[in-house]
Amino acid sequence: MLNELRKIQKKHGYVSEDSIKKLSKKTGIPVSIIYGVTTFYAKLHTKPTGKYIIEICDSPSCYLNGSLDIIKYLERKLDIKSGQTTQDKKFSLFIDSCIGCCDEAPAMLINGKPYTKLTKEKIDKILKKCKS
Amino acid sequence: MQIKVNGRKIKCDPKKTLLHILRERGIEIPTLCHQEGLEPQGRCRLCVVEVDGKLITTCDNYPQEGMKILTHTDKVIKSRRINAELLMPDHMAKCMIENKHHDLCKIIADLGITEVRFDPKKKYEVDLGASVIRDDNLCVNCGRCVDVCAEVQATWAIDFARRGHKEHVTPYFEHNLNDVACTKCGQCIAACPVGAISEREHLQEVYKVLKDETKHVIVQTAPSIRASLGEEFGMKPGTIVKGKMVAALRRCGFDKVFDTNLGADMTIMEEASEFLRRVKNNECLPMVTTCCPAWIKFMEHFYHDLIPHMSTCKSPHEMLGILTKTFYAKKAGINPKDITVVSVMPCTAKKFESVRPEMKSAVDYVLTTREAARLIRHFHVDFNNLKDENFDPALGISTGAGAIFGATGGVMEAALRTAYEFATGRTLRDINFEELRGMKGIKEGKIKIKGKEIRFAAANGLKNTRELMKRKDKYHFIEIMACPGGCIGGGGQPLPFSWEKIDKRIEAIYREDSHLPIRKSHDNPIVKQIYSEFLGKPLSEKAEKLLHTKYFKRSQF
Repeated sequence: MLNELRKIQKKHGYVSEDSIKKLSKKTGIPVSIIYGVTTFYAKLHTKPTGKYIIEICDSPSCYLNGSLDIIKYLERKLDIKSGQTTQDKKFSLFIDSCIGCCDEAPAMLINGKPYTKLTKEKIDKILKKCKS
Repeated sequence: MQIKVNGRKIKCDPKKTLLHILRERGIEIPTLCHQEGLEPQGRCRLCVVEVDGKLITTCDNYPQEGMKILTHTDKVIKSRRINAELLMPDHMAKCMIENKHHDLCKIIADLGITEVRFDPKKKYEVDLGASVIRDDNLCVNCGRCVDVCAEVQATWAIDFARRGHKEHVTPYFEHNLNDVACTKCGQCIAACPVGAISEREHLQEVYKVLKDETKHVIVQTAPSIRASLGEEFGMKPGTIVKGKMVAALRRCGFDKVFDTNLGADMTIMEEASEFLRRVKNNECLPMVTTCCPAWIKFMEHFYHDLIPHMSTCKSPHEMLGILTKTFYAKKAGINPKDITVVSVMPCTAKKFESVRPEMKSAVDYVLTTREAARLIRHFHVDFNNLKDENFDPALGISTGAGAIFGATGGVMEAALRTAYEFATGRTLRDINFEELRGMKGIKEGKIKIKGKEIRFAAANGLKNTRELMKRKDKYHFIEIMACPGGCIGGGGQPLPFSWEKIDKRIEAIYREDSHLPIRKSHDNPIVKQIYSEFLGKPLSEKAEKLLHTKYFKRSQF
């Protein structure tokens, strides 16, 4: 099921209600269970996402190295709360658990690509690059 | 196998969980997430004991040779207390108001917790369904509702979503229960140890009509209420309280107290006739009973290809409701618009059934057994010391056949008693169908009617129903009850749920049947009167119009 959900997410950017229903019909697994699995994993999304999916880590290493400040900064910069998508559908911001970059904390992923040792200046640069 | 509990050696069965073993020995271990008959969860962490200095849960652990268990050390008590304290904040306010008997209230009292140290969470919207209300803010994530819905009812309307502190129980995509394939059976209410799921109350509306002088308010009570209502007033499970119940409802201000068992007798007249017609014409067999509204909804969601096989008979309380507003209204000379019919049912799905448009509001309000008890307490009626009274005779004489509707297999038994005599014209000598009694999930049997072998089956619990539906073509006649044990184990019955109670209530119902002077629906004098004066005969045009209904296809999600 996970494989199927990842495929759906890759194709549409998120797992919609309709795609959960389709998957349920195909596999015979009840929709409530598929929804439970989808929401259990932070990397699967149930709402439409933007072009750039930012997943920022708040597990202990990143947290101790100031990920909270980075999250707040990102929220202010993008004018959204974590879990939301910007109005121009460019950025979605999610808080994730450990992404395995503890040695270079704080870290985040943009569309799966890691960005580490984050600072406010670095964020500015990255966002500028994405926007252009 | 031998283990040591609090220093005393005991012999035990290695296949039983520690919780089971300890409770058998009279050692009370608190737990919220455990329910007999469901898979152990180990979620609530209240059932911990100490083994070699470590805390382990007892509900999902088994004994090992030489194990030394300590059940009430400081460490154990401290752990149980903090867990209970973390679970209690939201619950306390509700229980102060409603005075319910939840498992959590008892645990809090037993642990001697007297203050609330943590803040309530309050972050979810309350799901106000037509039958079932779900308040996630009270939920302690024990998972019993999820398990009942999946393991007993095979409906999977709810499951856990998200994880960590965001984990909560929900239908898919955070929909309301009204918008998903939920049968409204209410088994999740029976399973919930904290009252986070409850029935949609119709009490306030009933109080209002009782005060309204212009309304002629009629109450009817389902077959299984008389076997369970006493529990709400401290009586032993299986006590029949028919007389007291009628007396109490009169004290509450109802103008007439009618017996849904009569509705059940009417259902049998129609259903048995319909069955014989189908056998004669060999059309749409097996025929499936339709007394259970949760089963109807389940069928409409998941088995809608069965619609032609469903009997078209309305359920007993709907039949009695419409007869009250037609037959009785005419006889008593009351404008049907001034009549309000209140049903006391063991069932939350009946609440949904009563608001189906095709039922045309024959029944105005449905109260569960628990609500009926609250109503009686509201009017300060001393239930236990009431003298027995009888139902109002206008629509209040019933038979043993109607009485056993409350237990799984009962509808089938009652229908066969009548169908046999209708078809053959001979008296059925042994009217007890033992093969249809008891708690088995699927029961089956056969009977010869006019040389033709009729095979019948009855299932209780929707998971068993799914099993039975795989081989439905073997049978001519099928009865389905959604709740374990039939209506007697319904989602509106007194809490907490236990299999032992269900057994006792079933015994009581069959005892009631065997003591009644009339035990076949077609011998009921009122039934005869209704047909001779009003409907003509079973399946007449008028009967079809008033007592029969139709079903609709619904989404499987």
